[in-house]
Amino acid sequence: MARGGAGADRGAAMKFEDEPVPGYPLPILPGHTSPGRLERVLRAGAFAVTTELDPPDSADPEDVYRRARIFDGFVDAINATDGSGANCHMSSLAVCALLTRVGYAPVMQISCRDRNRIAIQGDILGGAAMGVCNMLCLTGDFVAAGDHLQARPVFDLDCMTLLEIGRALRDEHHFQSGRKVTHAPRVFFGAVENPFAPPHEWRAFRLAKKVTAGAQFIQTQYCYDVPRLREFMRHVTDLGLLDRVFILVGVGPLRSAKAAEWMRSCVPGVHIPDAVVKRMSGAANPALEGRRFCVELIQEIREIRGVAGVHVMAYRQEESVADVIERSGVLNGRTPWRPERIQDVHQTEAAS
Amino acid sequence: MYAVRRWSVRQARALETCYRAFERAMVALHPVWTRIGYARLERPVAAVERAVKGFLFDCRMCGQCVLGSTGMSCPMNCPKSLRNGPCGGVRATGHCEVDPRMMCVWVDAVAGSQRMRAGRDAIHVVQFAVDRRLEGRSSWLAAARAPTGAPP
Repeated sequence: MARGGAGADRGAAMKFEDEPVPGYPLPILPGHTSPGRLERVLRAGAFAVTTELDPPDSADPEDVYRRARIFDGFVDAINATDGSGANCHMSSLAVCALLTRVGYAPVMQISCRDRNRIAIQGDILGGAAMGVCNMLCLTGDFVAAGDHLQARPVFDLDCMTLLEIGRALRDEHHFQSGRKVTHAPRVFFGAVENPFAPPHEWRAFRLAKKVTAGAQFIQTQYCYDVPRLREFMRHVTDLGLLDRVFILVGVGPLRSAKAAEWMRSCVPGVHIPDAVVKRMSGAANPALEGRRFCVELIQEIREIRGVAGVHVMAYRQEESVADVIERSGVLNGRTPWRPERIQDVHQTEAAS
Repeated sequence: MYAVRRWSVRQARALETCYRAFERAMVALHPVWTRIGYARLERPVAAVERAVKGFLFDCRMCGQCVLGSTGMSCPMNCPKSLRNGPCGGVRATGHCEVDPRMMCVWVDAVAGSQRMRAGRDAIHVVQFAVDRRLEGRSSWLAAARAPTGAPP
């Protein structure tokens, strides 16, 4: 898999004017696997920005649209979590299907906790049919982390096999059973990694396994420890993985020292150094300080070799994402796709 | 038993050697097993395997043993039954996210693999999800029938 492509190809990859109708797939460019914008942005070599939508506890589609609108013009793709923290919400597939109706580029998260391989493969086909171009394969939080402790943990697959199965569906056009599909899902597959959890020295090797299994992009766990990230990226570079995968580093503004303390003790896999908690507790306005720190983190992270973008997770403070992205300057004057873009294009056409 | 399981990981190298010899013997005896009949052997061999590996590794009898690729730390003891490496939730101390009383199965697996010969590289190979039909069946007999080259 070639990365980006040089000169003219890069320019072509960044164009979205060939978008037919919102929600309809773009033409697939040479060397691309999906008709989606996220893959185009990454392969064009732009610094990508993704974020996370907290699926509503509701059956009202407007709740989804309202949550997505906050990010308009600041992000290249929106992740829809799949029962994150083992709590029940609207399904990722449904959120993504709603988002594609408007033209958004959702990232459908697929967790192995709740469904077996029969259900998951059906969802991959279904999601792709609804115009979902990006799918993130993860193992998922354990049932005990959430609010339905009575539930049965499935874990029929792990993230690695899920990636292999997804890739076989796309590239070899068959289910795990070997039965053929008549129209393969054109999907850009992603995975997650946590460079901040032990065994640290093995995390890059695990990433290599995921790339072998089929991961094309990676979104990491929250980064609050840049030296640790640097070490991880150096190892990833040494393993020669940068030509085969795009790495988006997870970041998020902290609301307060108390929130930081809660995150690091209660959210599995979140590592926040003491110095960060101390900085938050010493701040006169912790929420503002959290955002300022997040901006600094993004600016520091973008300078690390091999980082292709950031994944901003701002749970229950989604309104801060635009502000943080704006102030960090990572978009470099670029405006990611937004729903009004369609109207703008039509108006320009009418005027000319 | 947890203490024995962890002891086995510390003895990964010796166990790898034993296993290799044992697999060779099992494969060499293939004509004998065929004569007796694999189907007839399945229950008694599986019972012995369950007892031995249950004691040494807290084996769950997934029927597709990958101990040789997991540093002699049985991945089925992971609450998420991960067969390809640690999840992102491992605690800073190296303990399991779900059951903080135990060490992460994969933190142990990585350490165990470093003590092994073939196991050192084998841990980097992607393992496909388990075939649920094989649960409870003997992986020793499976290896005798179709040797893989890896310890059973």
